[in-house]
Amino acid sequence: MVVLDDLVAAVGADGPVCAVGMGTRGGGCDGVRTVRAPAGIAWLQPDEMTVCCGAGTPVDELAEALAEVGQRTVLPPGGTVGGAFAHGVSGLRQLGDGPLRDALLQARYVSAAGQLVTAGGPTVKNVSGFDLCRALVGSRGTLGVLGEMIVRTRPAPLCSEWHSRPCDDPRPFQRSIYRPASMLWDGVVLHVLLEGHPRDVEATARAHGLERSEAPPVPRGARRRSAPAAAVDLVRPLPPSSFLLEVGVGAVHLDDPAALPPEPAPAVGITRLEQRLRDEFDPAGRLCPCRRAGGW
Amino acid sequence: MDQAVVDDLRDVLGADRVRVGAAELGVYRRDASGIVGSAGVVCFPETTAEVRDVVRVCSRHGKPFVARGSGTGLAGGATPLDGAVVITLTKMHRILAVDPVERIAWVEPGVLNLDLTRAVAAHGLHFAPDPSSQQSCSIGGNVANNSGGPHCLADGVTSAHVLACEVVLPDGEVVMLGSESGEVDGYDLRGAFVGSEGMCGIATRICVRLTQSPPDVRTMLFDFGAVEDGARTVSAIIAAGMVPAALEMMDQLCLQAVEAYIQAGLPTDAAAVLLVEVVGGPNAVAHDAERVVEIARAHGCRSVRVAADDAERALLWKARKTAFGAVARIKPNYYLHDTVVPRRALPGVLAQVYDIAARHDLLVMNVFHAGDGNLHPLLVFDAREPGVLERVHAAGEEIVRASVAAGGVLSGEHGIGLEKRDLMPLMFSPIDLAAQAALRRAFDVTGLANPTKVLPSPATCGDLHSVPDGVWI
Repeated sequence: MVVLDDLVAAVGADGPVCAVGMGTRGGGCDGVRTVRAPAGIAWLQPDEMTVCCGAGTPVDELAEALAEVGQRTVLPPGGTVGGAFAHGVSGLRQLGDGPLRDALLQARYVSAAGQLVTAGGPTVKNVSGFDLCRALVGSRGTLGVLGEMIVRTRPAPLCSEWHSRPCDDPRPFQRSIYRPASMLWDGVVLHVLLEGHPRDVEATARAHGLERSEAPPVPRGARRRSAPAAAVDLVRPLPPSSFLLEVGVGAVHLDDPAALPPEPAPAVGITRLEQRLRDEFDPAGRLCPCRRAGGW
Repeated sequence: MDQAVVDDLRDVLGADRVRVGAAELGVYRRDASGIVGSAGVVCFPETTAEVRDVVRVCSRHGKPFVARGSGTGLAGGATPLDGAVVITLTKMHRILAVDPVERIAWVEPGVLNLDLTRAVAAHGLHFAPDPSSQQSCSIGGNVANNSGGPHCLADGVTSAHVLACEVVLPDGEVVMLGSESGEVDGYDLRGAFVGSEGMCGIATRICVRLTQSPPDVRTMLFDFGAVEDGARTVSAIIAAGMVPAALEMMDQLCLQAVEAYIQAGLPTDAAAVLLVEVVGGPNAVAHDAERVVEIARAHGCRSVRVAADDAERALLWKARKTAFGAVARIKPNYYLHDTVVPRRALPGVLAQVYDIAARHDLLVMNVFHAGDGNLHPLLVFDAREPGVLERVHAAGEEIVRASVAAGGVLSGEHGIGLEKRDLMPLMFSPIDLAAQAALRRAFDVTGLANPTKVLPSPATCGDLHSVPDGVWI
């Protein structure tokens, strides 16, 4: 178990405060006191497919420790574990491994009242009570300051290889390729991350005219979401290679943030519900007051 | 029931779909848990607008309401208390859209779990959550309970397969939680809603993720002379870097009951069997199957039966999924429990389960999702025997306590409902429970949606409602 006494004391019960990690996802709020969760792996249980660590643990450090036992998580690289969950944005393997949010099994966090709260449970399966963990993922520190996380791990595949082929419409491949880890399309080339047994990977690649390649560069200008079914038509007018679409997911990575219109604002009913949730967890509005959940 | 409430409901739905007859109220006063409450009126809406209007009537009259699917829940989650309004969603049973390319479907809450899988099978797809009740449970109920099933080991429970829900909030507002992409700009309200046991509103349309059916499958039955050997095999398989599609255990009493019921050729002299299914590409399946066999043999497996074809595979799964029905061969009644323990704790906790049952002079059979550590001890008994229910409840509570003490949780897939409500403090402090209550309040400002479930009374800050007989909370 990660010792969180210092974090509890640092958060306290009064005044604005904002959790920060390595600053890779935007850092804190101007003029607001910052707190950092402890770093370090408390335990790693490969036979349970779970790992427990401080929220301040670098994702890459966790990945190294897991690689030593042949496992991995769905956390995208860079930053801290707490930062990744607080941000809630999945990595490029979302199509195959599922979204980031499903990987958080238990969190201990410091509430706006300065109290230590446990959400969820330590086992891979658990429906004991309300699913606070899901609310915390993507909440950007506005519902509580993440201190310790128990994260689901998965065995690393025997083989994990990027392949690509020229492609002007990725949709036929969506139907025919069995559970790719990732499918990315830039308008002219389809990049597919195939994982599993090496001979199955090879057979799938051959059957679909895919050649071994490197992982494609990901545009860093912006990330937009759309309904997966509308995504291909949404990005088709854009210059080839100026974007990368996560096929089957609907996330679009763009060089130019202005290339696509901004996402529509949430419905009024959703905004009201979100505000009620925030008010319930932080009536004084002291946690990361400048942040909105889910904003990039 | 207040006649004014009934009149207002009939204004919304018409007299035919608002029922107050003794027969209907009798049927809808309980779910499959055996916990009996009391329904004041039963409604059968057919559209989102009708659900909204029914909820608004309840809100206007300050009348608690309980949403209900097929009534297969095992924790009393859909049991109405104190004459609540039961909102039955079985008439909302349309599959609204299927997109076989993006692998998503929109369904109404009353669609049966297996009906969806059957409807999309021609596309090479299925709906991954597969509770044993999948022939009769509804997807709305799966969402309310965040249901599991044998194949959730590899693919995750219901929450991982729900992308969006149209929800009638308890104040009558209709909102869309989540999106077809599964991502939203804001809080994951969809994730907070799934598993909220009807206490955060009523799902009226659900967007689910469909899963590609595997090109190759191998289903194997491993026979062990000791339960502990089977349990250790489970941990060893996972530790070896494999996540089979399913990894189920049945013990001897279960095997004997099932064999007498369906004659599947099960090894009735085995202390336990493991049913293991590996799926994927042909090479992955061959590779994993070979390693699983090696591991099982190294842990004392006596024999291996590999399903030769789809018919034999279906027979082995029938054996697993009809286990609960087979109990009637032993005793007329059973109490099914649902806890989760770390896999490594399985041998020890199973030994405790047998010991607890023996101390209470009860028969227990174990049939469960071993790969998840999700125990399902069935205490089998004859309710006509004087004093037996007290022993069943006492043994059940001891099993739950032993599971939590071993680092486990109260429920893996059945939910808390009324059954385990007052055991929540075993896992959660008053502060933790207050946070859960805060989440619920954000969704339900009225406090009328299925009140008094899940959260013990100090956390709900509500009035204590009458708790029916037979609840061992």
